[in-house]
Amino acid sequence: MTPNGGANGPAGVENVLRTEQISLNFGPVTALRNVNLHLERGEVLGLVGNNGAGKSTLVKILTGLYRPDGGRIYLDGEEVRFRSVQDARQHGIETVFQDLALVDELSVYHNLFLNREYTRGGWFRFLRNRAMRAAASRFLDDIGIDIPSVDAPVAKLSGGQRQAIAVARAVRQENIKILLLDEPLAAMGAKETSLIIGLINSLSKKANISIIVIDHNYTHLFEICDRINVIQHGQVTVNKSLSEISLEELIEFMVQSFRRDVAAGDAK
Amino acid sequence: MNSNALASREGNRRIPASAMRRFVGQHLTEVVSALVAVALAIFFAIQSPNFLTSDNALVLSQFIAPFAIFALAEVPILILGEIDLSVGQMYIAAPFFVTYWHHAGIPVLPSVVLALLVCCGLGFINGLISISLRVPSFIATLGIAFALRGIILIYSNGAPTNPIGSHMLVNILGGWPWSEAIWAVGIAVLLHLMLRGTTFGLHIVAVGGNSESARESGIRVERIKIWCFVLCALLGGLIGILDGYHLGSLDPATDGLTFMFYGVTSAVIGGTALTGGRGTMVGACIGACVLGMIKNGFLILGTSSFALDLVTGMTILLAMILNVQIEQATSMRGPRGSFGRAVNLVFSIVTQRGKGKVRS
Repeated sequence: MTPNGGANGPAGVENVLRTEQISLNFGPVTALRNVNLHLERGEVLGLVGNNGAGKSTLVKILTGLYRPDGGRIYLDGEEVRFRSVQDARQHGIETVFQDLALVDELSVYHNLFLNREYTRGGWFRFLRNRAMRAAASRFLDDIGIDIPSVDAPVAKLSGGQRQAIAVARAVRQENIKILLLDEPLAAMGAKETSLIIGLINSLSKKANISIIVIDHNYTHLFEICDRINVIQHGQVTVNKSLSEISLEELIEFMVQSFRRDVAAGDAK
Repeated sequence: MNSNALASREGNRRIPASAMRRFVGQHLTEVVSALVAVALAIFFAIQSPNFLTSDNALVLSQFIAPFAIFALAEVPILILGEIDLSVGQMYIAAPFFVTYWHHAGIPVLPSVVLALLVCCGLGFINGLISISLRVPSFIATLGIAFALRGIILIYSNGAPTNPIGSHMLVNILGGWPWSEAIWAVGIAVLLHLMLRGTTFGLHIVAVGGNSESARESGIRVERIKIWCFVLCALLGGLIGILDGYHLGSLDPATDGLTFMFYGVTSAVIGGTALTGGRGTMVGACIGACVLGMIKNGFLILGTSSFALDLVTGMTILLAMILNVQIEQATSMRGPRGSFGRAVNLVFSIVTQRGKGKVRS
């Protein structure tokens, strides 16, 4: 496996995740074309691009939902193929999608422990609610999520709190290495946004989890990310760490390329 | 929005809600149904001196117990967002199986066990058809209900029979006047523990609330659903045998659908959502009490049997309108219409709770 130049990281840096020449077609439509991407341990990578550029498709490949037509995925240097979401999860990749996978009717701690409950009584599997409640409370305190009560049904929480609980459930997995967040800040108020941004920062710094974030708000991404990749027409066109590019430069670049696209569209 | 609600939103601190208020908030429909039940009891007690007597307590228990067991059987299925229309026909079929096998020379106890096993099997078929073959459970269980009715009518040739058995066993199985009530209470306690205290119960609520999310977290959704159909059919068969020994005669032409609907109605009065995701065993029992009291109370008042259905229907509607409006008034969607707003106002005064907190 030879490093493929361009988008690949410098030799010697430990990459948790690396993709080589990932491509995917939906019939005649090319969704992804030779995508090279890498993610370092504890790093937060931001994916930006216009709607339909291929960001979500890429995330869906990494999460095991789609299988690529070509290319390879390396996890800790070893090539992997994900057969399903469960499979990717067993490899330590957790995803929080836009439609949050929480059960509204259940309490916060039941959601956190769903299908991983503490039980007693052998075959009957009686719930140890008190232990779960305490553990959930401690866990949320540890990763810095502040909610009124772990007893409240998730339906009673605000959008930001629900998002935080969804993220918390994902990172509660023992073997988690990589967290994929698809627009975690969509439709959030200012206070909720800062809640999630704080959570992402503390996860990457304290828990040493590598994170990929898709978001349309560049200002937010600059608060969260260590590095930005721009995806255009199914390819990674820009790969720069925050020290190499400013917010203004990124916006200018996106606006320029958008104008070019529009002009090209008009010319046809 | 009062200051308390503001503080909870701005500060995001853990505010210790009073246990009482939290209980009422989380079990609102159950509490309202219980109040309706108490109101009905007071109403009938005032209207007739015969209502609050020990004799009538027994009669009342015999009204309530079957409703309660049907409701308890349906609650898990309803939480899952499904429905079992065949449970009433299990009720008709099970005592017939027992009687036939007894006539064929099998002792009572084994034939009871066998009949219950057959019911479980039929419940399993209900589950397979509606889950694996993806036929909506409404249709799947309706088909099974009609088929079962046909089988019983063919075998019995439409002729009623009498269940037989030894004295002791018959008493346990519903012959003794209070035995049905005791069975109902026992089943209620067991199912309540199952629903609230075990992973199985938690997973039922999870699947009913958001089946995709439940599947995501690795819960075997199909298996949970099929087990609930089996449980429902088993309870339907059990209450059939109990009632068979209680009544002492079996008419194969009895309409099982009516019994099933009493159960579903009790469950819904007690706060179980027909759309799934929510329901409690306690609520189902309260609902059965409301329904049983309506039936028994109006009979005592001398309402003619023709008018009884009318009165029952209207009372159920009234209870449910009250319940739904209160639910809406206190939910995140907010009240609809002037009645809902009035209910909302009363509720917020009673609990001193600002509405801004949940609506945001």
